[in-house]
Amino acid sequence: MSNRVVITGLGVVSPNGVGIPDFLNAIQNGISGIQFIPEYEDLKFNCQVAGQPNFEWDQLRNYITETSLYGLKGKGIAYGIKAALDAWMDAGNPIYREETLWETGCVFGSSVADTDVIKTAITRVDARESKKLGSRVVEQIMNSGITAYISGRLGLGNKIINNSAACATGTQAIFMGYEYIKYGMAKRMVVGSSEYVDRYVFGGFDSMRVLSRKFNDRPGQASRPMSLSAGGFVPGSGAGAFVLEDLDFALRRGATIYAEVLGGSTNSGGQRNGGTMTAPSSAGVIRCIQESIADAGISAADIDLVSGHLTATIADKLEIQNWTDALKRKGDNFPLVNSLKSMIGHCLSAAGSIEAVAAVLQIKHNFAHANINLEDPNPEILALTGANNLPVTKVDREINVVAKANFGFGDVNSCLIISKYNN
Amino acid sequence: MDRTTILSELKKVLAPYTEDKEMLNGINENTDLIKDLKINSANLVDIIIDAESQYNIEIDFDAAEKMYNVGNCIDIISEKLNPTV
Repeated sequence: MSNRVVITGLGVVSPNGVGIPDFLNAIQNGISGIQFIPEYEDLKFNCQVAGQPNFEWDQLRNYITETSLYGLKGKGIAYGIKAALDAWMDAGNPIYREETLWETGCVFGSSVADTDVIKTAITRVDARESKKLGSRVVEQIMNSGITAYISGRLGLGNKIINNSAACATGTQAIFMGYEYIKYGMAKRMVVGSSEYVDRYVFGGFDSMRVLSRKFNDRPGQASRPMSLSAGGFVPGSGAGAFVLEDLDFALRRGATIYAEVLGGSTNSGGQRNGGTMTAPSSAGVIRCIQESIADAGISAADIDLVSGHLTATIADKLEIQNWTDALKRKGDNFPLVNSLKSMIGHCLSAAGSIEAVAAVLQIKHNFAHANINLEDPNPEILALTGANNLPVTKVDREINVVAKANFGFGDVNSCLIISKYNN
Repeated sequence: MDRTTILSELKKVLAPYTEDKEMLNGINENTDLIKDLKINSANLVDIIIDAESQYNIEIDFDAAEKMYNVGNCIDIISEKLNPTV
Protein backbone atom coordinates (compact mmCIF):
# COMPACT_ATOMS: atom_id res chain seq x y z
CA MET A 1 0.00 0.00 0.00
CA SER A 2 1.38 3.36 -1.00
CA ASN A 3 -0.30 6.76 -1.02
CA ARG A 4 0.70 10.01 -2.68
CA VAL A 5 1.62 12.77 -0.25
CA VAL A 6 0.95 16.42 -0.98
CA ILE A 7 1.82 19.70 0.74
CA THR A 8 -1.27 21.77 1.54
CA GLY A 9 -0.01 24.30 4.06
CA LEU A 10 3.17 26.29 4.74
CA GLY A 11 4.36 28.31 7.71
CA VAL A 12 7.69 29.99 8.41
CA VAL A 13 9.48 32.06 11.02
CA SER A 14 12.71 33.02 9.30
CA PRO A 15 15.41 35.59 10.07
CA ASN A 16 14.51 37.30 6.78
CA GLY A 17 10.74 37.07 7.04
CA VAL A 18 8.01 35.92 9.41
CA GLY A 19 5.03 34.51 7.52
CA ILE A 20 4.92 33.29 3.92
CA PRO A 21 4.34 36.64 2.11
CA ASP A 22 7.32 38.36 3.77
CA PHE A 23 9.53 35.30 3.41
CA LEU A 24 8.66 34.89 -0.28
CA ASN A 25 9.45 38.53 -0.89
CA ALA A 26 12.78 38.16 0.95
CA ILE A 27 13.96 35.09 -0.96
CA GLN A 28 12.87 36.57 -4.29
CA ASN A 29 14.84 39.73 -3.61
CA GLY A 30 17.86 38.24 -1.86
CA ILE A 31 17.20 39.96 1.46
CA SER A 32 19.58 39.01 4.25
CA GLY A 33 18.32 38.38 7.77
CA ILE A 34 21.77 38.45 9.37
CA GLN A 35 22.41 41.13 11.99
CA PHE A 36 25.19 42.26 14.30
CA ILE A 37 24.38 41.14 17.87
CA PRO A 38 25.93 43.55 20.43
CA GLU A 39 25.53 40.95 23.19
CA TYR A 40 27.90 38.64 21.31
CA GLU A 41 30.57 41.32 21.22
CA ASP A 42 30.15 41.73 24.97
CA LEU A 43 30.47 37.95 25.41
CA LYS A 44 33.75 38.01 23.44
CA PHE A 45 32.46 35.62 20.81
CA ASN A 46 34.55 35.43 17.65
CA CYS A 47 31.36 35.46 15.61
CA GLN A 48 29.16 38.43 16.48
CA VAL A 49 26.47 38.09 13.83
CA ALA A 50 23.39 35.87 13.69
CA GLY A 51 20.06 35.36 11.99
CA GLN A 52 17.21 36.14 14.35
CA PRO A 53 13.58 36.32 13.27
CA ASN A 54 11.62 39.48 13.92
CA PHE A 55 9.39 37.72 16.42
CA GLU A 56 7.29 39.34 19.14
CA TRP A 57 5.37 37.34 21.74
CA ASP A 58 2.27 39.25 20.75
CA GLN A 59 2.28 37.39 17.42
CA LEU A 60 1.04 34.34 19.33
CA ARG A 61 -1.90 36.15 20.88
CA ASN A 62 -4.54 34.65 18.63
CA TYR A 63 -2.72 31.33 18.26
CA ILE A 64 -2.79 29.90 21.78
CA THR A 65 -4.95 30.74 24.78
CA GLU A 66 -4.01 33.71 26.94
CA THR A 67 -3.43 31.41 29.89
CA SER A 68 -1.09 29.27 27.80
CA LEU A 69 0.79 32.30 26.46
CA TYR A 70 1.19 33.61 30.02
CA GLY A 71 4.24 31.79 31.34
CA LEU A 72 5.51 30.62 27.95
CA LYS A 73 9.18 31.61 27.81
CA GLY A 74 10.73 29.11 25.40
CA LYS A 75 11.46 30.84 22.11
CA GLY A 76 12.07 27.62 20.17
CA ILE A 77 8.61 26.47 21.18
CA ALA A 78 7.15 29.86 20.30
CA TYR A 79 8.67 29.87 16.79
CA GLY A 80 7.42 26.33 16.25
CA ILE A 81 3.88 27.14 17.36
CA LYS A 82 3.77 30.15 15.03
CA ALA A 83 5.06 28.24 11.98
CA ALA A 84 2.95 25.12 12.60
CA LEU A 85 -0.30 26.97 13.24
CA ASP A 86 0.29 29.25 10.25
CA ALA A 87 0.73 26.13 8.09
CA TRP A 88 -2.42 24.63 9.60
CA MET A 89 -4.47 27.76 8.84
CA ASP A 90 -2.86 28.07 5.40
CA ALA A 91 -4.19 24.58 4.70
CA GLY A 92 -7.68 25.91 5.41
CA ASN A 93 -8.19 24.62 8.95
CA PRO A 94 -9.51 26.40 12.04
CA ILE A 95 -7.00 26.35 14.91
CA TYR A 96 -9.41 24.99 17.47
CA ARG A 97 -11.86 22.12 17.11
CA GLU A 98 -13.70 20.41 19.93
CA GLU A 99 -12.87 16.86 18.80
CA THR A 100 -9.62 14.90 18.58
CA LEU A 101 -8.34 14.46 15.01
CA TRP A 102 -7.31 10.81 15.10
CA GLU A 103 -6.15 10.76 11.47
CA THR A 104 -3.73 13.70 11.94
CA GLY A 105 -0.35 13.55 13.69
CA CYS A 106 2.73 15.70 14.18
CA VAL A 107 6.47 15.22 13.74
CA PHE A 108 8.23 18.37 14.86
CA GLY A 109 11.94 18.50 15.52
CA SER A 110 14.27 20.48 17.74
CA SER A 111 17.87 20.20 18.88
CA VAL A 112 18.05 21.46 22.46
CA ALA A 113 15.29 22.35 24.87
CA ASP A 114 15.26 26.04 25.65
CA THR A 115 18.32 26.79 27.76
CA ASP A 116 16.93 30.16 28.88
CA VAL A 117 14.14 28.24 30.59
CA ILE A 118 16.60 25.63 31.86
CA LYS A 119 18.78 28.43 33.22
CA THR A 120 15.88 29.82 35.24
CA ALA A 121 15.31 26.36 36.68
CA ILE A 122 18.99 25.91 37.50
CA THR A 123 19.23 29.31 39.18
CA ARG A 124 16.12 28.74 41.31
CA VAL A 125 17.01 25.21 42.33
CA ASP A 126 20.60 26.15 43.23
CA ALA A 127 19.23 29.00 45.35
CA ARG A 128 17.08 26.40 47.20
CA GLU A 129 13.94 27.96 45.73
CA SER A 130 12.64 25.01 43.70
CA LYS A 131 9.28 25.65 45.34
CA LYS A 132 8.96 28.80 43.22
CA LEU A 133 9.49 27.13 39.85
CA GLY A 134 5.79 26.64 39.19
CA SER A 135 3.99 24.39 36.76
CA ARG A 136 5.31 25.68 33.45
CA VAL A 137 8.97 24.66 33.57
CA VAL A 138 8.80 20.95 32.82
CA GLU A 139 6.63 21.33 29.72
CA GLN A 140 9.13 23.82 28.28
CA ILE A 141 12.36 22.01 29.04
CA MET A 142 11.20 18.62 27.82
CA ASN A 143 12.33 18.05 24.24
CA SER A 144 8.77 17.17 23.26
CA GLY A 145 7.50 20.54 24.54
CA ILE A 146 7.15 21.77 20.98
CA THR A 147 5.02 18.81 19.82
CA ALA A 148 2.98 18.95 23.04
CA TYR A 149 2.03 22.58 22.43
CA ILE A 150 1.23 22.10 18.73
CA SER A 151 -0.71 18.86 19.00
CA GLY A 152 -2.59 20.03 22.09
CA ARG A 153 -3.73 23.23 20.47
CA LEU A 154 -4.83 21.52 17.26
CA GLY A 155 -6.26 18.41 18.92
CA LEU A 156 -4.06 15.99 16.96
CA GLY A 157 -4.54 12.34 17.84
CA ASN A 158 -2.23 10.36 15.55
CA LYS A 159 1.54 9.89 16.04
CA ILE A 160 3.06 12.81 17.98
CA ILE A 161 6.84 12.65 17.68
CA ASN A 162 9.65 15.06 18.51
CA ASN A 163 12.62 14.12 16.34
CA SER A 164 16.20 15.25 16.65
CA ALA A 165 18.99 14.68 14.14
CA ALA A 166 21.15 17.80 14.50
CA CYS A 167 21.17 19.82 11.27
CA ALA A 168 19.24 17.09 9.44
CA THR A 169 16.30 17.41 11.85
CA GLY A 170 13.98 19.49 9.66
CA THR A 171 14.19 17.42 6.50
CA GLN A 172 13.97 14.28 8.62
CA ALA A 173 10.72 15.49 10.27
CA ILE A 174 9.16 16.10 6.87
CA PHE A 175 10.39 12.72 5.63
CA MET A 176 8.93 10.92 8.66
CA GLY A 177 5.53 12.55 8.20
CA TYR A 178 5.65 11.67 4.51
CA GLU A 179 6.35 8.02 5.30
CA TYR A 180 3.47 7.72 7.78
CA ILE A 181 1.04 9.00 5.16
CA LYS A 182 2.60 7.07 2.30
CA TYR A 183 2.23 3.79 4.18
CA GLY A 184 -1.29 4.53 5.40
CA MET A 185 -0.56 5.13 9.07
CA ALA A 186 -1.91 8.69 9.01
CA LYS A 187 -3.97 10.83 6.65
CA ARG A 188 -2.43 14.13 7.56
CA MET A 189 0.73 15.24 9.41
CA VAL A 190 1.88 18.61 10.70
CA VAL A 191 5.66 18.49 10.23
CA GLY A 192 8.60 20.80 10.64
CA SER A 193 11.20 21.93 13.13
CA SER A 194 12.34 24.88 15.16
CA GLU A 195 15.54 26.25 16.63
CA TYR A 196 16.35 29.01 19.06
CA VAL A 197 20.10 29.52 19.19
CA ASP A 198 20.71 30.99 22.62
CA ARG A 199 24.07 32.28 23.84
CA TYR A 200 25.10 28.90 25.27
CA VAL A 201 24.53 26.91 22.09
CA PHE A 202 26.13 29.74 20.11
CA GLY A 203 29.15 29.71 22.43
CA GLY A 204 29.66 26.00 21.87
CA PHE A 205 29.86 26.44 18.11
CA ASP A 206 31.98 29.57 18.47
CA SER A 207 34.52 27.58 20.47
CA MET A 208 34.70 24.96 17.69
CA ARG A 209 35.95 27.73 15.36
CA VAL A 210 33.39 26.83 12.72
CA LEU A 211 31.62 30.21 12.71
CA SER A 212 32.10 33.24 10.48
CA ARG A 213 34.31 35.83 12.20
CA LYS A 214 35.67 38.19 9.53
CA PHE A 215 32.43 39.94 8.64
CA ASN A 216 31.22 41.16 12.04
CA ASP A 217 31.17 44.71 10.66
CA ARG A 218 29.26 43.64 7.52
CA PRO A 219 26.59 41.25 8.81
CA GLY A 220 24.70 40.98 5.50
CA GLN A 221 27.85 39.61 3.85
CA ALA A 222 28.84 37.22 6.63
CA SER A 223 27.17 34.07 5.30
CA ARG A 224 29.02 33.10 2.10
CA PRO A 225 28.32 29.51 1.06
CA MET A 226 30.46 28.13 -1.80
CA SER A 227 32.67 31.22 -1.94
CA LEU A 228 36.43 31.34 -1.65
CA SER A 229 36.05 33.77 1.24
CA ALA A 230 33.63 31.49 3.12
CA GLY A 231 35.02 31.41 6.63
CA GLY A 232 32.45 29.53 8.66
CA PHE A 233 28.72 29.52 9.15
CA VAL A 234 26.43 32.09 10.74
CA PRO A 235 23.99 30.61 13.27
CA GLY A 236 20.31 31.34 12.72
CA SER A 237 17.06 30.77 14.56
CA GLY A 238 13.52 30.14 13.39
CA ALA A 239 11.06 27.49 12.35
CA GLY A 240 9.45 26.04 9.25
CA ALA A 241 6.34 23.89 8.94
CA PHE A 242 4.29 21.94 6.41
CA VAL A 243 0.90 20.34 6.45
CA LEU A 244 1.29 17.06 4.56
CA GLU A 245 -1.79 15.15 3.41
CA ASP A 246 -2.76 11.96 1.73
CA LEU A 247 -3.69 13.10 -1.80
CA ASP A 248 -7.22 11.62 -1.71
CA PHE A 249 -7.85 13.12 1.72
CA ALA A 250 -6.71 16.53 0.45
CA LEU A 251 -8.80 16.30 -2.73
CA ARG A 252 -11.91 15.24 -0.79
CA ARG A 253 -11.78 18.35 1.36
CA GLY A 254 -10.95 20.56 -1.62
CA ALA A 255 -7.55 21.62 -0.29
CA THR A 256 -5.17 23.82 -2.26
CA ILE A 257 -2.09 21.79 -3.17
CA TYR A 258 1.30 23.52 -3.23
CA ALA A 259 3.45 20.57 -4.30
CA GLU A 260 4.01 16.86 -3.83
CA VAL A 261 6.62 15.05 -1.76
CA LEU A 262 7.74 12.38 -4.21
CA GLY A 263 10.27 10.65 -2.03
CA GLY A 264 13.07 10.88 0.44
CA SER A 265 15.48 9.13 2.72
CA THR A 266 17.18 9.52 6.05
CA ASN A 267 20.29 7.52 6.93
CA SER A 268 23.75 7.66 8.42
CA GLY A 269 27.23 6.93 7.19
CA GLY A 270 27.79 5.17 10.50
CA GLN A 271 30.81 7.37 11.23
CA ARG A 272 32.89 5.10 9.00
CA ASN A 273 34.75 5.75 5.72
CA GLY A 274 35.65 9.32 6.59
CA GLY A 275 32.46 9.99 8.51
CA THR A 276 32.95 11.23 12.09
CA MET A 277 30.91 12.93 14.79
CA THR A 278 31.25 16.19 12.87
CA ALA A 279 32.04 15.20 9.27
CA PRO A 280 29.79 13.34 6.84
CA SER A 281 30.84 10.16 5.13
CA SER A 282 30.50 10.63 1.38
CA ALA A 283 29.23 7.06 1.05
CA GLY A 284 26.33 7.83 3.43
CA VAL A 285 25.47 11.12 1.73
CA ILE A 286 25.53 9.65 -1.77
CA ARG A 287 23.43 6.69 -0.67
CA CYS A 288 20.87 9.00 0.98
CA ILE A 289 20.49 11.12 -2.18
CA GLN A 290 20.27 8.07 -4.44
CA GLU A 291 17.73 6.33 -2.18
CA SER A 292 15.59 9.49 -2.29
CA ILE A 293 15.64 9.53 -6.08
CA ALA A 294 14.73 5.83 -6.20
CA ASP A 295 11.95 6.33 -3.63
CA ALA A 296 10.58 9.18 -5.74
CA GLY A 297 10.62 7.03 -8.87
CA ILE A 298 12.39 9.71 -10.89
CA SER A 299 15.73 9.93 -12.64
CA ALA A 300 18.56 12.19 -11.44
CA ALA A 301 18.19 14.00 -14.76
CA ASP A 302 14.72 15.22 -13.67
CA ILE A 303 16.11 17.40 -10.88
CA ASP A 304 15.93 21.10 -11.73
CA LEU A 305 17.29 22.53 -8.51
CA VAL A 306 19.46 21.31 -5.66
CA SER A 307 18.71 23.09 -2.40
CA GLY A 308 21.92 22.22 -0.65
CA HIS A 309 23.02 22.04 2.95
CA LEU A 310 25.99 24.30 2.01
CA THR A 311 26.77 26.09 5.26
CA ALA A 312 29.80 28.19 4.17
CA THR A 313 32.53 25.99 5.63
CA ILE A 314 35.23 23.95 3.93
CA ALA A 315 32.65 21.14 3.73
CA ASP A 316 30.83 22.92 0.86
CA LYS A 317 33.24 21.58 -1.73
CA LEU A 318 32.90 18.02 -0.46
CA GLU A 319 29.12 18.38 -0.50
CA ILE A 320 29.09 19.49 -4.14
CA GLN A 321 31.43 16.62 -4.99
CA ASN A 322 28.96 14.25 -3.30
CA TRP A 323 26.04 15.69 -5.26
CA THR A 324 27.88 15.26 -8.58
CA ASP A 325 28.72 11.66 -7.66
CA ALA A 326 25.19 10.90 -6.47
CA LEU A 327 23.44 12.48 -9.48
CA LYS A 328 26.12 11.50 -12.00
CA ARG A 329 25.74 14.99 -13.41
CA LYS A 330 28.50 17.54 -13.75
CA GLY A 331 29.40 20.88 -15.32
CA ASP A 332 26.73 22.44 -17.53
CA ASN A 333 24.64 19.30 -17.08
CA PHE A 334 24.46 19.90 -13.32
CA PRO A 335 21.19 21.30 -11.91
CA LEU A 336 20.94 24.80 -10.45
CA VAL A 337 22.26 24.91 -6.88
CA ASN A 338 21.41 27.37 -4.15
CA SER A 339 21.86 27.78 -0.44
CA LEU A 340 19.29 29.74 1.53
CA LYS A 341 21.93 29.99 4.26
CA SER A 342 23.48 32.85 2.28
CA MET A 343 20.49 34.93 3.43
CA ILE A 344 19.48 33.49 6.80
CA GLY A 345 22.53 31.64 8.08
CA HIS A 346 22.43 28.10 9.35
CA CYS A 347 19.29 27.54 11.40
CA LEU A 348 20.58 24.16 12.67
CA SER A 349 17.58 21.93 13.38
CA ALA A 350 15.26 24.45 11.71
CA ALA A 351 17.45 24.68 8.59
CA GLY A 352 15.79 21.79 6.76
CA SER A 353 12.23 22.91 7.36
CA ILE A 354 12.80 26.59 6.50
CA GLU A 355 14.79 25.63 3.40
CA ALA A 356 12.10 23.13 2.40
CA VAL A 357 9.48 25.90 2.64
CA ALA A 358 11.72 27.93 0.31
CA ALA A 359 11.97 24.92 -2.03
CA VAL A 360 8.18 24.66 -2.27
CA LEU A 361 7.85 28.40 -2.94
CA GLN A 362 10.45 28.15 -5.73
CA ILE A 363 8.43 25.31 -7.29
CA LYS A 364 5.15 27.18 -6.92
CA HIS A 365 6.47 30.50 -8.27
CA ASN A 366 8.98 29.07 -10.77
CA PHE A 367 12.25 30.63 -9.70
CA ALA A 368 15.58 29.75 -8.14
CA HIS A 369 16.58 32.22 -5.44
CA ALA A 370 19.99 33.86 -5.54
CA ASN A 371 23.06 32.75 -3.67
CA ILE A 372 23.76 36.15 -2.20
CA ASN A 373 27.37 37.04 -1.34
CA LEU A 374 28.72 34.65 -3.97
CA GLU A 375 31.10 37.24 -5.39
CA ASP A 376 34.08 34.91 -5.39
CA PRO A 377 32.86 31.37 -6.05
CA ASN A 378 35.30 28.63 -5.09
CA PRO A 379 36.89 27.56 -8.41
CA GLU A 380 36.91 23.92 -7.33
CA ILE A 381 33.13 24.11 -6.85
CA LEU A 382 32.67 25.94 -10.16
CA ALA A 383 34.62 23.17 -11.90
CA LEU A 384 32.02 20.69 -10.68
CA THR A 385 28.83 22.70 -11.18
CA GLY A 386 29.70 24.68 -14.28
CA ALA A 387 29.61 28.47 -14.30
CA ASN A 388 25.90 28.89 -14.99
CA ASN A 389 24.39 26.78 -12.24
CA LEU A 390 25.19 28.93 -9.22
CA PRO A 391 22.71 31.81 -9.52
CA VAL A 392 23.85 35.09 -7.98
CA THR A 393 20.59 36.78 -8.90
CA LYS A 394 17.11 35.28 -9.01
CA VAL A 395 16.61 32.96 -11.99
CA ASP A 396 13.08 32.82 -13.40
CA ARG A 397 12.69 29.35 -14.79
CA GLU A 398 10.21 26.52 -14.55
CA ILE A 399 11.15 24.51 -11.47
CA ASN A 400 9.47 21.11 -11.40
CA VAL A 401 11.64 19.00 -9.13
CA VAL A 402 13.83 20.06 -6.19
CA ALA A 403 16.22 17.87 -4.24
CA LYS A 404 16.55 19.22 -0.68
CA ALA A 405 19.14 17.71 1.62
CA ASN A 406 20.68 18.40 5.01
CA PHE A 407 23.54 16.71 6.83
CA GLY A 408 24.16 16.79 10.56
CA PHE A 409 26.52 16.01 13.42
CA GLY A 410 26.59 12.31 14.12
CA ASP A 411 26.97 11.65 10.36
CA VAL A 412 23.20 11.76 9.81
CA ASN A 413 21.66 12.66 6.46
CA SER A 414 18.18 13.50 5.22
CA CYS A 415 17.01 14.18 1.68
CA LEU A 416 13.65 15.01 0.11
CA ILE A 417 12.47 15.06 -3.49
CA ILE A 418 9.71 17.66 -3.88
CA SER A 419 7.89 18.23 -7.16
CA LYS A 420 5.06 20.15 -8.74
CA TYR A 421 1.78 18.38 -8.22
CA ASN A 422 0.61 16.86 -11.48
CA ASN A 423 -2.75 15.09 -11.35
CA MET B 1 -6.91 43.01 55.58
CA ASP B 2 -10.60 42.12 55.45
CA ARG B 3 -12.17 39.40 53.29
CA THR B 4 -13.51 41.83 50.69
CA THR B 5 -10.06 43.35 50.16
CA ILE B 6 -8.45 39.92 49.95
CA LEU B 7 -11.08 38.83 47.41
CA SER B 8 -10.49 41.83 45.18
CA GLU B 9 -6.72 41.27 45.27
CA LEU B 10 -7.22 37.56 44.67
CA LYS B 11 -8.92 38.43 41.38
CA LYS B 12 -5.63 39.89 40.16
CA VAL B 13 -3.75 36.76 41.22
CA LEU B 14 -6.23 34.50 39.41
CA ALA B 15 -6.50 36.62 36.25
CA PRO B 16 -3.61 35.11 34.23
CA TYR B 17 -4.92 31.59 34.79
CA THR B 18 -8.51 31.83 33.57
CA GLU B 19 -9.87 32.54 30.11
CA ASP B 20 -13.27 33.49 31.51
CA LYS B 21 -12.74 37.11 32.55
CA GLU B 22 -16.48 37.70 32.96
CA MET B 23 -16.78 34.86 35.46
CA LEU B 24 -13.67 36.19 37.21
CA ASN B 25 -15.24 39.62 37.66
CA GLY B 26 -18.28 38.08 39.32
CA ILE B 27 -16.53 35.64 41.68
CA ASN B 28 -17.81 35.12 45.19
CA GLU B 29 -16.70 32.93 48.08
CA ASN B 30 -18.41 29.86 46.55
CA THR B 31 -16.69 30.11 43.14
CA ASP B 32 -14.74 26.89 42.42
CA LEU B 33 -11.38 27.52 40.78
CA ILE B 34 -11.43 24.43 38.58
CA LYS B 35 -15.15 23.88 37.92
CA ASP B 36 -16.27 27.49 37.57
CA LEU B 37 -13.19 29.41 36.47
CA LYS B 38 -11.96 26.42 34.39
CA ILE B 39 -8.43 26.82 35.73
CA ASN B 40 -6.09 23.97 34.79
CA SER B 41 -5.43 22.01 37.96
CA ALA B 42 -1.66 22.15 37.32
CA ASN B 43 -1.89 25.96 37.55
CA LEU B 44 -3.09 25.83 41.19
CA VAL B 45 0.60 25.57 42.04
CA ASP B 46 1.31 28.80 40.18
CA ILE B 47 -1.59 30.54 41.92
CA ILE B 48 -0.16 29.55 45.29
CA ILE B 49 3.30 30.82 44.30
CA ASP B 50 1.80 34.11 43.10
CA ALA B 51 -0.35 34.45 46.24
CA GLU B 52 2.69 33.86 48.43
CA SER B 53 4.50 36.68 46.71
CA GLN B 54 1.45 38.97 46.51
CA TYR B 55 0.69 38.73 50.27
CA ASN B 56 4.24 38.00 51.43
CA ILE B 57 3.18 34.79 53.17
CA GLU B 58 4.13 31.12 53.04
CA ILE B 59 1.51 28.56 52.17
CA ASP B 60 2.45 25.03 53.20
CA PHE B 61 1.39 21.83 51.41
CA ASP B 62 -1.48 21.07 53.77
CA ALA B 63 -2.96 24.55 53.45
CA ALA B 64 -2.46 24.56 49.66
CA GLU B 65 -4.55 21.42 49.28
CA LYS B 66 -7.55 23.26 50.72
CA MET B 67 -7.40 26.10 48.19
CA TYR B 68 -9.93 24.84 45.66
CA ASN B 69 -12.54 27.58 45.95
CA VAL B 70 -12.41 31.33 46.51
CA GLY B 71 -13.70 31.11 50.09
CA ASN B 72 -11.03 28.57 51.04
CA CYS B 73 -8.34 30.71 49.45
CA ILE B 74 -9.47 33.72 51.48
CA ASP B 75 -9.54 31.57 54.66
CA ILE B 76 -5.95 30.46 54.15
CA ILE B 77 -4.63 33.87 53.13
CA SER B 78 -6.37 35.65 55.96
CA GLU B 79 -5.15 33.03 58.46
CA LYS B 80 -1.55 33.51 57.30
CA LEU B 81 -1.86 37.31 57.32
CA ASN B 82 -3.42 37.39 60.78
CA PRO B 83 -2.10 34.29 62.52
CA THR B 84 -3.55 35.20 65.92
CA VAL B 85 -7.14 35.73 64.74
